[in-house]
Formats: sequence, structure tokens, C-alpha cells
Amino acid sequence: MSVSPHIYDGGNIPRIMWTVVLSLIPAGIAGAFAFGYYCLSVVFLCCIASVVTEAVILLLRKQPLLSAMKDGSAVVTGILLAYTLPPGVPWYISIVGSFFAIAIVKHTFGGLGNNIWNPALAARAFLQVAYPAAMNSDWRILQHGIGNIVHSITRIDPAGKLVDAVTRATPLAKEAGAETYTLGQLFMGNVPGCIGETSAIALLLGGSYLIYKRCIKWYVPVYYIATMFIMVLILPSRVATPWANNPLYHIFSGGLFLGAFFMATDMVTSPLTKRGLVIFAIGTGVLTALIRFYSGYPEGVCYSILLMNTATPLIDRYTKPRLYGTRVKKG
Amino acid sequence: MMTRVKAQLKTFLGGIHPAEDGKILTLAKQKATIPLPKTVYLVMSQHIGAPAKPIVKKGDMVKKGQLVGDAQGFISAHVHASVSGKVVDVAPWPHPVTGIKCPAVIIENSGEDAWVEDMNVAVDTDHLSPEEIRHCIQSAGIVGLGGATFPTHIKLTPPKDKIIDTVVMNGAECEPYLTCDYRLMLDKPHEIIQGLKLMMRCIGCKKAHIGIEENKRDVYTIFKDIASKDPDIKVDLMEVKYPQGAEHQLIKALLNREFKPTQLPLEVGVIVVNVGTAFAVYEAVKFHRPLIERIVTVTGNGVENPQNFLVRLGTPVRRLLEEAKLTADVNKIIFGGPMMGIAQGNIDTAVTIKGTGGILVLRDAQRWESHACIRCGRCVDSCPYGLNPSELSIVCEAKEFDLALDNNVMECKECGCCSYICPAKRPIVHLIKFAKGEIAKRKSKG
Repeated sequence: MSVSPHIYDGGNIPRIMWTVVLSLIPAGIAGAFAFGYYCLSVVFLCCIASVVTEAVILLLRKQPLLSAMKDGSAVVTGILLAYTLPPGVPWYISIVGSFFAIAIVKHTFGGLGNNIWNPALAARAFLQVAYPAAMNSDWRILQHGIGNIVHSITRIDPAGKLVDAVTRATPLAKEAGAETYTLGQLFMGNVPGCIGETSAIALLLGGSYLIYKRCIKWYVPVYYIATMFIMVLILPSRVATPWANNPLYHIFSGGLFLGAFFMATDMVTSPLTKRGLVIFAIGTGVLTALIRFYSGYPEGVCYSILLMNTATPLIDRYTKPRLYGTRVKKG
Repeated sequence: MMTRVKAQLKTFLGGIHPAEDGKILTLAKQKATIPLPKTVYLVMSQHIGAPAKPIVKKGDMVKKGQLVGDAQGFISAHVHASVSGKVVDVAPWPHPVTGIKCPAVIIENSGEDAWVEDMNVAVDTDHLSPEEIRHCIQSAGIVGLGGATFPTHIKLTPPKDKIIDTVVMNGAECEPYLTCDYRLMLDKPHEIIQGLKLMMRCIGCKKAHIGIEENKRDVYTIFKDIASKDPDIKVDLMEVKYPQGAEHQLIKALLNREFKPTQLPLEVGVIVVNVGTAFAVYEAVKFHRPLIERIVTVTGNGVENPQNFLVRLGTPVRRLLEEAKLTADVNKIIFGGPMMGIAQGNIDTAVTIKGTGGILVLRDAQRWESHACIRCGRCVDSCPYGLNPSELSIVCEAKEFDLALDNNVMECKECGCCSYICPAKRPIVHLIKFAKGEIAKRKSKG
């Protein structure tokens, strides 16, 4: 006989994962608008490679294939990985990254639910050190731009190869300091950057949908972004650019929104309780700001989230829920 | 406007809101009586504590209300004949909840339905002393009718060192699908309040607090009106949330007092009684009627005619299912509500007992494949007792019982919020029950 309860909530893992996929679509469209349709093939390739890797590993681990394939988690990883890649990234990077994310980061720890780090971010960090040239030089600048503002200084041949690219990373890169973008451009996505991080408004749209659907908890992105805002105001900047201490500039640029709404909120790799998640979000914000301000690397989101992923078991240990009817011990 | 109303509603932290609570099936169904059963099966264990001892023999003639099972030991309760007729057997019968055979008195109904002489007569309750009230309750075999079936006369005998300042009456009926308490509150509000006052007098407690969920506003209005004449009885609306009617959550919502899950409400000076119990107390003290019948909600999508039946104890469940028109393709019959009720193995021997508030018949009870925990934290947010069901389910599954104890597994009340909300459909309550059983076994082995 089955044990109580006998009724269940309608929510389930596939529904959560496919909702995340849905919420990521606006950012992908914005990326394609800004950088050209080659981006979509990167996204597509990452998804295929992730799903195929997932299937192969499940077979090797003698795990039930079908239910794990339907849950959509490999697709989420594929999309998230693609969104952190430069728009003109060579095809093999997508495949290597997807393989690393699924096979190494996810399945060596036991598969869905057991990984320590966010697979997409860990794979991106891996690619960053394994293929520094491809990951840092192939930035594609604004093919169309959103809102029909012609920013394009790039031509792309039919094969999707970059013909005439200006080597420039996110607007946060120090070399880019001379040329600044307006907040409006940053918000809409008329700026160079990774495929999925360009348009703050598209990410905000998707993130809000996830909060509305209760797939993510509102306080993670809110505390993360708010911490970042405050840190930018109070930290002394090393570079003398007009945007260096402009909090809005930092919030709308780089992968902050992508990280805050879609990666820091990864359930598997973040703490369980509300208190734990708030600590996690604040920690991520602090680390992002420190990395952006004081390291040689312009983008802090990826490493700050990975570091806080690492700290998650520790946070969990110190933020256990209080047993009902007991007072919190003082001191 | 909505938010202001919501803010006034009392409640607790955690819990769940089942989207479809199934109450609509029987909400408007007036209490229905069914033809008296031909035979009643009175199991001697209809309460928490020692089973009663049969004091009649095969062949004895008994009248309605006659004592047939004598309470044994301190925590126990009497059992009375629910029909008049002939004792056809005194033999073991499968207990409807545990399935384990338990002594039972089986009575064939003669159809006279005649009371024992000194029963069913109205008496003046104004001059009864606390001891006399307690004696009436004990003689009537009353137990907690909210489901826990703890003998009421013992509950009303708190230890001397515990001062009870408030009696809390539970009118929440937070289990989905069940409406038996709602119908009773609608039909017998004055009697329930009288019963409550008798219990207050019994323990010398001046104050009472009644909690009613917001989905029963009509009942709330009635009770508020009756209580308005009495400054010592407060009535409050509570948010519709499961498990609002559990002792801890009820006391938190109404009085803002907390105590550990394994502790009793006595620790914070409270006694909790159910509305059904209060009505039974009134019947026992005012009319000397023992507890021989109760309202049972028979509901779910597996019956065509869901009803609230007034049922004699010991009635075969088959009879109720026939009356409610059981459909063919039923796959689960549950004693109690969907959150904490117990699925039945053998429906042919099942009979109603004092604690049977509902029989839920489901046609399409889902069986889900369970996955690994994805650490979404919904169980942690929903646990009204501040446990970590995610961690508990993992350590219980791994049979790491010491870790389970470290995570307060014994404090779990098995309310089911975590299993209900889990998107990975992990059988969290099942795993916790399993671990508790194993820990108890280990303890008994020394």
C-alpha cells in the first residue's frame, strides 16, 4: 500500500526545466538580433551536444534513459553554455564545452541533483583556460543592433565566418574603456558580448517569468544585483573610465543579469534555505564586484558563482532551519 | 482590499495550499442517514492506548449504548454497542487502520434500536462538578475525533504542575476533501459551544479560542454570533492552509505560542479539542449518550454520490461505499484525508471506528516515478516544523540512521507537506516513516 500523502502538487522537474528553457528564449532572440543568426546555430549545437552526451553517459552508467532525457535538464545546460560563449565561437568549442559540462561536471558527481558546480558555468571556465584565443578574440560586434540603430562594423560571409571583426569583448573590458555605450544601449542589448548576455531587458523578461512561475526565488537575483550596485558605489576603481563607478552600467553590462536570474538561481548548486540563499546571493555580488574591479579578467559573474557553488555545502551547514519550538542559540 | 483581508487571517509559517481541495464535492451535502447496518463490528481498539476488553459473550442480548468493551489501563476508552441486538461473536477482526487482528464484538442488529434505560435522557448540566463531567465523558468512551483518537477524559486531566489557561477548539478542517466537521458546525453550533464550555468547566479553564478556516465563513459568522454573548470565547478566521488544524499550527496561529513537535500543547498551557469531540461531550453530559455514531465524509472521484453520512460505529465500509455509489475503476480507498489518511488493503473487512472522519475514494491516484533531489528547497519552505526534508529523505534512503537522528527525524509529524510539494516526487514521508521504524527496532534491540 502506498504511504500518505495521496495527492501531489502539479509541479515536477520536467515542468521546471522546460519553463527555464522557455524563459531563455527572449535572450536568445536578442542575441541573434544583435550578433547574427550564426548565434542560433551555436545554441542549437550546444543543445544537441549536451543531450547526446547525457544519453551516452546515462547508458554507460546503466541509468534509465527515457525519464532523464525528458526532464530537459541537458537542454537547459546546453542553452546556458551557449549563452556564455562569444557569438563567433568555432563549432568544436560548443561540442567540447557541452561534453565537459554534462560528462565531467554533472555526471561524475552523480548526475542531476548531485553536481557541485553549475555545469554550464564550469564548462565556460574550462573553455576559458583551454581555448583562451577562441574564447577571447572572436567577439562579433553588432550585426544588426536592436531598434535599428546601425552599429554594425562587421560583415559576415554566408558560412558565418567573421570577415572583418573588431576584437573587443564586453563593454567592461578595460581596453573598451575609451568607447562607452549608453545605458539605453546596454539595457536593450546593442552592445558586444556573449550570445545570451547582451540584452538586459530580454533577461529581465525571462527572469521575471521564472519568478512568476516560482521556478526561481526572487531574492536571489535581487540580493545579487543589489549587492553589486552597492559594491560599485563604494569600491575604489582601478581604471579611470566614465562608467567605472556607475552602478547601473555594471548591472546592465556583462553577464550579470544572465548570472543573477539563470545561474545563481540554479537549485542544485545553491543553498536550500532562504537565509542560505541570501548569503549566497550577497557573496556572489561581492565576489563579482571584486573580480571586475581588481582582477585582470573583466567578467566576474562566472567565477563568483562557481566560488559560491563551492561554498554551498558550508552555507547549508550554518543555515539549517530552526526546529519548530526551539529558540536560536545566541553566541 | 484582498491583501488587507488576508493580513487579518491568522496562520503559521510553512504549509501548503492544495490547488483543488475536493471539498466542493460534499460541502453542500446535508448530513445523510443510511439504513442501520444488519451487523456491526466493534473493534476494541478505537483509540490510542490499551485496547478495551470485551465484557459480553456470544449469545448475549445488548441494547444500544450498552458497554461492551471495558477500558483497560490508564490510557484507554470504553466501547459501546452501537445498535441493539444479539452478540453473534466475540472474535479477532482486522483493524481497519493497521490491518492487524484485534478483539472485536460483533452484534447482529435486531432492528429495535432501543437505548439502555438511563441513557438518552436530558439532565441539568448546570450543577455538575468537574469530576462528574469528566466521569460522563469517560463513561461515554469519548476520544479525540479529529483523528488522533486520544481518550478525552485523560486529556481533560492535565498533570497538576501544568496550568491550562486556554482551550483551543479546532474548526479548521484543513485536510482536503473532508467536510464532516464543517457540516457538524453548521448543524450543531450551539451544542458544540455547550460541549466546549463543559470541557472548560471540567478543567477549570476560563478562556477558549476557536479557529475556523477562511473557506468556512458561514460557520465563522454563526460561531462569532454565539460567542459574542461570552467574552471568554474568542473566534478567529484563519488562512486556508494545510496543516492549519494541527495542534502546533493552530496554537501558533491563534495564540502565537510555540513548542517542539514532540511536545504536547500542555507545555504552553493549552488543550486542543476538535469540534466533533465537543459535540460528543455535549451529547454525553447532557443526554448520557455514549459515542456510538459520527459523521463520515465519503468522497472522491471514485464515488458517484459523495455524501456526509451519519454512521453508527462498526458499520462495514462496504455499506457506505454502496450508498455513495462506488464506481468500477477505483484504485485507492483511503481512511481519512488525502494528506495523512491511510490507504486500505482489504476493503471488505473494513469498518468505521471512532476516528473515521472520512473515506476517500480515488479513481486516478497517480503513481509518480521519483527522481534524485534537485535541492529546490520547496520541502524546507513547506515544513511547518522547521525540519530539512530534503536532507532527511537522502539520509533515510541511504539508511544513515544516525544522520537522520541528527536531523531530528523523530520530530517529524508526517503531515506530508514535503512529499506533496516535491517536484522530484520523492517519497519523503515514506522514507521518514521507514527510518523511524528502523530506529525504534534498533532501540528495542538495545
